[in-house]
Formats: sequence, structure tokens, C-alpha cells
Amino acid sequence: MHILMAVILGALFGFVLHRIGAANPQNIINMLRLKDLHLMKVILFAIGFSCLFLFLGLHFGILPKTHIHVKTAYIGVIVGGLIFGAGFAIGGYCPGTSLVAIGSGRKDAIAFILGGLTGAFLFMLSYGYLKHTFLFTKIAGGKTTLANTGIAKYHALITNLPGVAVGSAIGIAFMIIAFLLPLSSDNPND
Amino acid sequence: MEERWNWLAGGLALGLTCLLAVYMIKPIGVSTQYVILDGIIWNAVSGDIVKKVPKAPKGYSSPNPYLNKSGGKYAKNIAKPANYGFIFVLSMILGGIISSLTMAWRPPASDRTAPPVWQKSFGREPVKRYIFTFIAGLLVLYGARLAGGCTSGHMISGMMQTSLSGYLFAAGVFGSGIPLAVILFKNGDK
Repeated sequence: MHILMAVILGALFGFVLHRIGAANPQNIINMLRLKDLHLMKVILFAIGFSCLFLFLGLHFGILPKTHIHVKTAYIGVIVGGLIFGAGFAIGGYCPGTSLVAIGSGRKDAIAFILGGLTGAFLFMLSYGYLKHTFLFTKIAGGKTTLANTGIAKYHALITNLPGVAVGSAIGIAFMIIAFLLPLSSDNPND
Repeated sequence: MEERWNWLAGGLALGLTCLLAVYMIKPIGVSTQYVILDGIIWNAVSGDIVKKVPKAPKGYSSPNPYLNKSGGKYAKNIAKPANYGFIFVLSMILGGIISSLTMAWRPPASDRTAPPVWQKSFGREPVKRYIFTFIAGLLVLYGARLAGGCTSGHMISGMMQTSLSGYLFAAGVFGSGIPLAVILFKNGDK
């Protein structure tokens, strides 16, 4: 059952990433150059929409709390993000979209994936030396959210308002930003 | 001109897919599976990277500290690759192929080695593009593993749960990605 869901959900995710243009490195690079914000609007709206309904789903007991997985915040998240961003700008791919790009026959995506396997391998070799350094120092308690999920093992930063109100407000704010952001600086008819 | 869904339809589709994944199983993540594939290859070559240890928390252990962390969670997934996360990521390739085959637009042959924005700045030489995308992939996956997630796991899945780690990761990615893309591709036109 889990394996069947993996095939369906994985294929759906790949299909959607392809149809929004995320598997085309031109669109990623032009987003980062702030020349074509189509993909930025898509991502901001998707985050806002799913954030709103995730917190509503939790509040009304539709979404199982055991399905929530908050990742730890630590210094390495920021440092890793900075390293990731450099590769993201050079290549125009991320770990998922490079896989989807194989479907369009993009050969540079294969070079990216081989580089990715090498990068992940280098991290496996270096982890033993890094794990006791400042890179793994937790930030704000580690498994921390802005809005209260109502799950005891996750801390919330905003505790004086109900989680559903904070989560919904953040979700709506993201959707409003997605609407307000211009599509592109020099091609308004896209 | 590339066909892509308008940003609102695309944002809704992406948001619904991510919500469906959380509702059915758990939040979407991709970059861990590069580690799993590395581990499968490493274990096939050397044969002693993953061992069955009945008293280990997950039943498997590894001499590599990274594969052995969280009670040997990665070691177990390397030994049993037919698990949800790995099949999900492989299925993303299938989704990309289905989308590509059911779409009238195909990237022109020259786009499949390098996007036009790259060609305008760095020329059409394929080998040069492959070397740089290999390095890009290396940086992206090293960064993603240091950060504990990528665009899918931290940015979309993390930010929809209002995880602090997702916001920190996004700040890092765009903090380096935007200035670098602007500088690298300043001759890239639109």
C-alpha cells in the first residue's frame, strides 16, 4: 500500500514540477536573476495554500498529527542553504527537478545528478568530522515552528495566539505576496 | 515558447500535491535518497557498509557515522531500498516522462545541453556546461545534506508547517543564489 502510494504521489509530484516549468533550468536561473518570477509566484502560492489548509486540517482533526515532521533548526541549515544556493544558481536544478528533467531529455541534468551523488557521498565521508562542531548547534530549541502545531515535541515561537490562527495568517500572507509579485520585469504578458 | 501552467493553477496543483502527501503519508522530501543510492552503490562495491544487527534500533548499522545516525535509519533503507521514500523519488522521473510525452512542446536540442541564458553568458560548448552542472550538483547535494533537506523537504514541506528550519534554509538559498545568479548571468538577457 505504501509502495503504491509512493509511485502515485512521486509521479504526481514529478508531473506537477514538470508542468510548472520547474524542471527547466532557464526558469530557475531567471527566477534567481529576478527576471522571471513565474516560478517564485507558484512556490509562494503553493506554500501559502498548503500552510493554510495544513493548520485548518490539524485544527479540525482531519490531518493526522503523526504525519507532521518538523526538521531541526541548526547553524548548518543556514550554511548548507548558502552552499545549496550557489549550486542552484550555477546549475538551475535542485535535487528533485533534475530527476524530472530527465523526462525532457536534458543531458545537463544527468551531469547534475552525478555531481549530486558525489556531493552526498562527500557529505557522508565528512559528517563524522563535522558532527561535534558549531555547525550542528541548535537554533531556538531545534524542532521549532512559528505557529503552534499542538504537538508536544515541537516548540512554537508564537505561543500567545492559537496555532490555527497564526498558521492560517501566515498561509494567507504568502498567497497575497504571490498575487502581488510581478510576473517579470520585462515581459508582463507571460 | 515553453508551455507551462499559469502561476495560479500551478501553485494550486503544487500545494494540493504537497497537502495530499502529508495527508496520506508524510511531508515530501528528496535529497535523502541521493544518500540512499550512494549507500546502495557503496555497499555493492565494498559489501560491508551496511550490516544486519538485530539489537540496533532499526535492525541495521553501518561503520559510516552518517549512515548509522538516528539508530541506523539510513542503513536500513539502503538494505531495503523498496521503501516509500526511495520509490517516491524514482517515481518522480516517471512523472517527468509522462508530462513530457503528453505535452506538445519539447525543448529544442540545444536547450537540452544548456539553457539559453547559460549559452548567452558562457557559450554553447556542452562539456563546459556538463562540468559546471556536475559542480553545481555537488554543491547542491552537499549543502542539502548539511542542511538536512532541500527545496522539497525544507522549503516547501518545512515552510508549510511553519518550521523555523525551512525559513532559515530558504534565507540561505536565496541569500547566495540571487546575488550569484545576477552576477554570473549579467549578460544573459531575459
